[in-house]
Amino acid sequence: MRGWERAKFFVIRHRTGLAVWVLAIILLLTPLVVNNPYNLGILNLIGLYVIVVLGLNLFIGYAGQISLGHAAFFGLGAYGSAVLTAGYNFPAWPAMGLTAAVLALVALALGVPTLRLSGHYLAMATLGFNYVVHGVFVQWDAVTGGPAGLSGVPPLSILGFAFNSDIKFHYLVWTCALAALTLCLNLVRSGVGRGLAALAQDEVAAATLGVNVQRDKVQVFVLSAVFASVAGSLYAHYFGYVNPDGFSIFKSLDLVIMVVVGGMGSIWGTLFGVALITILPHFLEFFETYMDIIHGLILVVILLFLPQGFVSGLVDYFRMRVAKRRLKLGAVKGNTSL
Amino acid sequence: MRVSKNLLEISRLSKRFGGLPALSEVSFRAARGQVTALIGPNGAGKTTLLNCLSGVIKPDAGEILFDGANIAGMSAPRVARLGISRTFQNLRLFPRLSVLDNVLCGLTVQAGDSFLEALLRLPGLRNRERRLKLTALEALNTFGLADKAALPAGVLSYGDKKRVEMARAFVSQPVLTLLDEPVAGLNPEETAQIAGLIRQMRMYGKTMILVEHDMEMVMGVSDQVVVLDGGCRIAAGTPDEVRVNPLVLEAYLGRMSLTA
Repeated sequence: MRGWERAKFFVIRHRTGLAVWVLAIILLLTPLVVNNPYNLGILNLIGLYVIVVLGLNLFIGYAGQISLGHAAFFGLGAYGSAVLTAGYNFPAWPAMGLTAAVLALVALALGVPTLRLSGHYLAMATLGFNYVVHGVFVQWDAVTGGPAGLSGVPPLSILGFAFNSDIKFHYLVWTCALAALTLCLNLVRSGVGRGLAALAQDEVAAATLGVNVQRDKVQVFVLSAVFASVAGSLYAHYFGYVNPDGFSIFKSLDLVIMVVVGGMGSIWGTLFGVALITILPHFLEFFETYMDIIHGLILVVILLFLPQGFVSGLVDYFRMRVAKRRLKLGAVKGNTSL
Repeated sequence: MRVSKNLLEISRLSKRFGGLPALSEVSFRAARGQVTALIGPNGAGKTTLLNCLSGVIKPDAGEILFDGANIAGMSAPRVARLGISRTFQNLRLFPRLSVLDNVLCGLTVQAGDSFLEALLRLPGLRNRERRLKLTALEALNTFGLADKAALPAGVLSYGDKKRVEMARAFVSQPVLTLLDEPVAGLNPEETAQIAGLIRQMRMYGKTMILVEHDMEMVMGVSDQVVVLDGGCRIAAGTPDEVRVNPLVLEAYLGRMSLTA
């Protein structure tokens, strides 16, 4: 009996870590079940977007700001790696690091002036940024290859082992995605994360408690740009080519919709949001044809009825209901264990 | 270094909103370990003064000496780091966070603010988080909220929310705590409870500045009362002195007794 209690205590105490491990084991085994390249390709795409949207969700859900330009960071990550490796024979991993570092500085330069102001100035700035970046991808033929894009990006490799098939890339991208997931879960369970959650709900109160509101917002924005950049680099090496199509402002909107479906500030919900929005058009032709209309509808309906986002909105709703019931029943008396 | 008896010395503090003076050259001192009450009719400038003290707004002129250093115009997070905490007239809890997390937010300064350390969840941070959680649970216990620690703060009764805010303000062992109308909207029983908590905190040696309309409560817990009217200080003294001051009676208590 004591052993059982201790096991229970262990599970409760390490529930977050255990959940990540369970997910890792499931993903380790999925290629046994999902073995056709088409489905595996979709799963890889989900892994890529999970990395981008985790960062974006921290920014929207915790800093309480909107970025409408994350497809630009994603695209710049992809083009950075593609240009450096295919065009200049740069080694792949340093190219990825260099691109991410440069984009961190770009995010800093965008974020510092705009996040100082109250209101959604950053939303406008990032929208413009995305527009300009997409324009550069299309127009600057000499470097970006114009509308046709760049090809010949080599696959990533570690010590001579190349991630050059769907199944090999599956393990690479999901290792990165789980690393990103772990970093995000760590952040939100720390004092810094509580400060961010506080500032998203009430900036004045957060500031009087010692939260450095401006600095924290900028740091989360930079972090999300780095995540998007790394995901972009992985994307370029996976497909072997890049073109401007996937990095327009409409892609940025899709990323925001993924956040909204997953729920603002919900790390686990992000997995659901990305998976749903990525899978829909692949399985229902109807969705592919009317994708933009459907995405718009999803966004409007969720924001009307569950402004916190779909998954976390539902979770919050039930959490509040359960808590109110317990308060009414007086059941909380005597429950001091935590 | 000489330790002054006064923790806080405010001199000639002024603030205007547009053309309207909200504070005009207000001066007073708050002694260590004492409760200084700020009273005055609505619009007297009490909350503006607290906002200047906590860095929420910047005063136009004047000095705020806290422990000998001028903090006028400092940002709110910097003021918090010096050990000044506060509550708000209209509750400012984080409704979706649990009661425990709300109180843990009061320990933001102690929790550290390194992003890198938080992302990697280094062992030092784990241990610190465990210690902070214990501190927060102790505070919840002191404020009679231990059984509600896991509930989202948004579902609590108004009286409980007021106490969560006080627990959040006191959990960090602040040097000075600003309480903005802690019993507004509470029934007599809850008011007595809060008054008891304020007396308890004073016994622990806490210095507090209390803005409040409930005269009975103010007279019961304060060492010193400062009276503001129309942004000016019109009187200061012990509760008994202020009670019989004709200026105060005219500006404030007189009006109160007519309406009450």
